[in-house]
Amino acid sequence: MSMHHILKTSRSRLMLGAAAVSLALTGAASAETLRWARVGDALTMDPHSQNEGPTHTLNHHIYETLVGRADDGTLVPRLATEWGISEDDDSVWVFKIREGVKFHDGTDMTAEDVVFSLDRARTPPSGMAALHAAVEEVTAVDDTTVHVRMSGPAPLYVQNLTNTFIMSKAWAEANDVETSPNFAAGEEAYSVRNTNGTGPYKLVERDPEVRTVLEVFEDHWDDAPEVTEIIYTPISEAATRVAALLSGEVDIVQDVPVQDIARLEQTDGVKVVRGPENRNIFFSYDMTSETLDSSNAEDNPFAKPEVREAMAMAIDREAIRQVVMRGESQPSAAPLPPFVNGWTEEMHAFPTPDVERAAELVAEAGYPEGFSVTLNCPNDRYLNDEAICQALVGMLSRINIDVELVAQTRSLHFPLIENWETDFYMLGWGVPTFDSQYVFDFLVHSRGGSYGAFNGSRYANEELDAKIESLATMTDLEARNAVIAEIWEQVMEDRVFLNVHNQVLAYAMRDDITLDVHPENQPRMTTVTFE
Amino acid sequence: MTAFIIRRLLQSILVMLTVALVAFALFRFVGDPIASMVGQETTLAERQELREMLGLNDPFIVQFFTFVSRAVVGDFGISYRLQQPVMELILSRLPATLELALVSGFFAFIFGVGFGVYTALRRGGWLSSSIMTISLIGVSLPTFLIGVLLIWVFAVEFQWLPSFGRGDVVDLGGWWRTGLLTESGRASLILPAITLGLYQMTLIMRLVRAEMLEVLRTDYIKFARARGLTNRAVHFGHALKNTLVPVITITGLQLGSIIAFAIITETVFQWPGVGALFINSVRFVDVPVMAAYLMLIALVFVVINLIVDLLYYVVDPRLRVDRAGAGH
Repeated sequence: MSMHHILKTSRSRLMLGAAAVSLALTGAASAETLRWARVGDALTMDPHSQNEGPTHTLNHHIYETLVGRADDGTLVPRLATEWGISEDDDSVWVFKIREGVKFHDGTDMTAEDVVFSLDRARTPPSGMAALHAAVEEVTAVDDTTVHVRMSGPAPLYVQNLTNTFIMSKAWAEANDVETSPNFAAGEEAYSVRNTNGTGPYKLVERDPEVRTVLEVFEDHWDDAPEVTEIIYTPISEAATRVAALLSGEVDIVQDVPVQDIARLEQTDGVKVVRGPENRNIFFSYDMTSETLDSSNAEDNPFAKPEVREAMAMAIDREAIRQVVMRGESQPSAAPLPPFVNGWTEEMHAFPTPDVERAAELVAEAGYPEGFSVTLNCPNDRYLNDEAICQALVGMLSRINIDVELVAQTRSLHFPLIENWETDFYMLGWGVPTFDSQYVFDFLVHSRGGSYGAFNGSRYANEELDAKIESLATMTDLEARNAVIAEIWEQVMEDRVFLNVHNQVLAYAMRDDITLDVHPENQPRMTTVTFE
Repeated sequence: MTAFIIRRLLQSILVMLTVALVAFALFRFVGDPIASMVGQETTLAERQELREMLGLNDPFIVQFFTFVSRAVVGDFGISYRLQQPVMELILSRLPATLELALVSGFFAFIFGVGFGVYTALRRGGWLSSSIMTISLIGVSLPTFLIGVLLIWVFAVEFQWLPSFGRGDVVDLGGWWRTGLLTESGRASLILPAITLGLYQMTLIMRLVRAEMLEVLRTDYIKFARARGLTNRAVHFGHALKNTLVPVITITGLQLGSIIAFAIITETVFQWPGVGALFINSVRFVDVPVMAAYLMLIALVFVVINLIVDLLYYVVDPRLRVDRAGAGH
């Protein structure tokens, strides 16, 4: 008997055992193990220590948030059954906490645990603190009501809660993890490899970067999922990840390499599902400084509207989609994903490239011989990031912009934007709050305080800054949306961003499995069904 | 003898310090660890605060000195990425790498010597020629490609062997987890061991073949034949024995490189060893793990070289005579 068969048989024996147990307890019809692979592992099991995608994705199975994000991007109740701004005070958020929820250790979840968790999440060194910066006080009014007092009206605060997990106060105190782990502490916190959540699965085995096993939590408040056991394995090498799916050693693969999608679709027994990701990819440039460090031009070409317009005319988004992305992207001129509040069809539309006119514009701007500039690009952060940059270099060379490409790892690339050391760069941006304000705060508002951390264009418009700041406290959503539209109009007119496309996510899986793509790339295995 | 050992030990310490210094100088070009440690919402002021807390703003020499003074007592800090103590992390991954390295070294030695002897004795035979040709492909293909090819053939097409991971492991005494005692563990070991050992196998095979051909031409082999000894006794009792000294030396020294070069094989097969840990740490700019790994590899090489030097001292009387002469 081959090794593969032995593996399968021993696993099915295990499954039979698990099935017998679950039958006895809940009368569930079947027990299913799901083997799930993706490129990297969660960094930690601590619910608040890291604000990072794969970490949240795994933790969402063990811990729960007050509100959840559905596959279509809308908010759904989770540990909170209702939420809203207090009628008496517009700077207070009121959450009704679900009753009858149990932690994995059997204790009841109460409003006190919610208060404790929100406080823990907003206290440094928690990685989630920035999302709760406007919180002043969290109080439990009674057993099922929590009030969150903000420093002022904060109409969108609830959108920041989709990755803030609720943990047990008693458990945290008993294990000395009242605050999230600190890098400088020099020792491992208990919560890094142990959990006690209210989620649909319990952590059974945690071997970081090797294997994580989750088992269904019988006392979970919601309907029992079809998947009763999850075996999560990171496989960093793309070819190995795909091979593991084809050989039947894993059932679902996240992070499918773009070049393998077409081939996987043609393979029997395997299917690929796709969906838009909450991340758009764009270029931006220093449009404010007097001169550019990397350019041979005597002034700053990007400061001239003609040059920015010419670049927008020269970029061939359709060609990038077909050639670089093999059809797996959504070309768009709008620098935000389509499901984000503020997105419009007009912003999305882009003209067919007009290279001749673009070249004329560059000449008219005062560069008859063109100019040179350096483009900084990451090479390990976004789908085909370096290849997109190479394509842009070719497109700009046709309008006499001589681009030198510097593609490097993300840890070298992003500090360039952070420290204003790049003239021309690529950036991808997701909008976890699903609202334009998030884009404005980080990318459009002039830099200072908590604003403009990734505003590498040095764009500074006092009038816009004031409008952006006003968004945070506007509770009349209609008026607020009107301000958002005004801001976007100005930003699009000034061409602060040269957007390329929205990324498309693809999950590959055994063809009897149904799982939809989650816009934040956080698939929930509770939603998996089997044919 | 004691003076010699002390001198060698001092030199080894100097080598370790140099490696640490070079590694530290390199880390400044790997990037900013903060960028991978915090979310995009973190303000510049908070980033600066974290940088200060981790001591990343200190001058290079201060950082280096802090590292060395803590490393001396075995404290390599805590991983930025996995939030676990680095020493514990590396020790927990080391068994996987050592088992892989030893098995592939063993594979390389057995097959290298076997094929080497065969090709030396059956020079010009079709099987010898094919072994030589295939072995050439083995050294010229990159490890990465060999690994992927093996996965496609044996895991995807035939489905005989697992394509990734280490299978089930058994905990021995709480500090060594072995995959050698379970069926899935042994099956998982086959492909990575071949991938990692192929280059060394070819090297050993060619070395044995060349040495055998050399030895077979010497006078004592002719004498042995003249004495009417069987082919078997001549080839294995006399010829092979005399070729093995350089082969064993090379194999021993190569063991260090196998451990160091396991990085690629471990990445391809998702083998949970220190090499894969290192690669993931580089991607994340996890400086404490990178530093500790490089020190570990330096230590492996230093220890192996030290042992070899000591063996030479024991084996080669001239070294001792020279020292005695210098004393006069």
